[in-house]
Amino acid sequence: MAGTSEPGRPRWLAGVMPYKEMGYWKPDYVPEDSDIIAAFRITPQDGVEPEEAAAAVAGESSTATWTVVWTDRLTAHDNYQAKAYKVIPVPNSSPPSYIAYIAYKHDLFEEGSIANLTSSIIGNVFGFKALKALRLEDMHIPREYIKTYDGPPHGIITEREMVNKYGRPLLGATTKPKLGLSPRNYGRVVYEALRGGLDFVKDDENINSQNFNRWRDRYLYCMEAVHRAEEVTGEVKGHYLNVTAATMEDMYERAEFAKELGSVIIMIDLTIGFTAMTSMSKWARKNGLILHLHRAGYATYARQKNHGVNFRVLSKWCRLLGVDHIHSGTVVGKLEGDPNAIQGYYNTLREDKVAVNPVQGIYFEQDWAHMPGVMPVASGGIHAGQMHQLLHYLGEDCVLQFGGGTIGHPMGVAAGATANRVAVEAMIQARNEGRDYFKEGPDILKKAAKTCSPLASALEVWGDITFDFESTDVPDVLELPTPVS
Amino acid sequence: MGTGLKITQGTFSYLPDLSDDEIRAQIQYGIDNGWAVAIEYTDDPHPRNSYWDMWGMPMFDLEDAAGGMHEVTRCREAFPNQYIKVSLYNAKLTKQTIALQFIVQRPGHEPGFRLVRQEGADRQIRYTMEAYAAQKPHGDRYAD
Repeated sequence: MAGTSEPGRPRWLAGVMPYKEMGYWKPDYVPEDSDIIAAFRITPQDGVEPEEAAAAVAGESSTATWTVVWTDRLTAHDNYQAKAYKVIPVPNSSPPSYIAYIAYKHDLFEEGSIANLTSSIIGNVFGFKALKALRLEDMHIPREYIKTYDGPPHGIITEREMVNKYGRPLLGATTKPKLGLSPRNYGRVVYEALRGGLDFVKDDENINSQNFNRWRDRYLYCMEAVHRAEEVTGEVKGHYLNVTAATMEDMYERAEFAKELGSVIIMIDLTIGFTAMTSMSKWARKNGLILHLHRAGYATYARQKNHGVNFRVLSKWCRLLGVDHIHSGTVVGKLEGDPNAIQGYYNTLREDKVAVNPVQGIYFEQDWAHMPGVMPVASGGIHAGQMHQLLHYLGEDCVLQFGGGTIGHPMGVAAGATANRVAVEAMIQARNEGRDYFKEGPDILKKAAKTCSPLASALEVWGDITFDFESTDVPDVLELPTPVS
Repeated sequence: MGTGLKITQGTFSYLPDLSDDEIRAQIQYGIDNGWAVAIEYTDDPHPRNSYWDMWGMPMFDLEDAAGGMHEVTRCREAFPNQYIKVSLYNAKLTKQTIALQFIVQRPGHEPGFRLVRQEGADRQIRYTMEAYAAQKPHGDRYAD
């Protein structure tokens, strides 16, 4: 790293000096209640001491550039400089990595702008040469800053009241095949799944408005399916109409049409970016539609243990900027995720106060100041035979999405939906009766299947299917971090 | 009785009808969690009918599910041909909503809903629906 320590060198002499000596390393700093605090996993280049690497991250994610600038002296620079105040070695890491704690004054960040927050915190600094790798593991957001965000357009409580469904996970499915169906055929899958017992069906992330399925036609057929399903069940039903498009103007046009047709919910993809997500959040609040977020693309930067942004941080940003649903992992399905880490994501999204929990990878306590919770969505390779595990790990305030597990049912789509609905209701009943449903789950399902042939058939086809791969990212249990305040 | 439609609002509507013992167990679960127990009935089961009629006030201080079950029984006797549901209500800060809701009585015959389509321009259709039973005045619904 440029800048070697020269004892006695004046702080403001032009030239290059270590970040540590420019005020970005303050081991005796005690964070204030109103500070934003980040925990970074840093892997310094060989020969770079961890404190200097941490100070460099603090510097580059706040005020610093590579050399001393006299114009710092025109500011209250002590306030604006981020402060690295603690570095803890990660046990058994090779090459050696460390968790660096960095505190930021909240006036470094524009109110209500995740774009601005992330331009600082994950801006230039992730490409920094002095580091082999860098990962943002967790962030503490102070109440002062939380209160500058609108949060979810509706949140879990209001969503449940809107759809009139309480005390169990909501059930969904993604229409399959995700690409290729004409709008009319697509609507058939939606109708069958909803009439069979699901609450929601969903567009997939990459169905927008292709030449085989233009958005307007798809919306018309899907909403016909939704209304027909409401007629034959007497329940509120929904289909997440994906409004993701190339421009904001296109997205607003699609969202307005979804509203006109009476949809209770629309959906966006993470790929549209934080600002577009925030705009759609405000639209959804104003127009009374639930906003579903598919995390398309997140694993490009969230999956690797040594570099990127942990999903728990992305969860916080999405709760702040405001979505009602977000895909957050399944524990038992086909997509990556350590069970403890996923429980940590779910808690971060749903709870009002989240305690430090090293096993779940939660570095900081977090008080959401009564901001409503986001409904986590479990989607990808899950089926009715896992219902006891899903309820155990994920709880009841979530959406369980059985795409293949509904549409691939041997007796048809509606039967697949019924199997899932019977399984969830039987498991909730058993849990509430005080049974050890996690252990007795297979028996509970078998008994429910005696009066439900679609469930019997689902258990026969998928009962033994598991996706048992080792996770690429398991939380390190470090020393218990000092709680904020 | 013609072909009907089992309305599937509420948790447990996809299971065989709960026995009184099973209903009691669910009410006890609510009491154990500190939730209030509310009983409501209606002859208009439209899914967006938020305000079913209250069978008295929610029971905030029940200590035993038997008390809740007693009120379910009294409500059934008073309205043998209506829908009755039990709601368990969680008043905790940041919740303050229903924690579980399930149907404990249905009319002998559920004729279901009529979906009306109003055709508009550009292939748009306005949908509205109404319970067949609600086409009659209160008192005459679900009489058979």
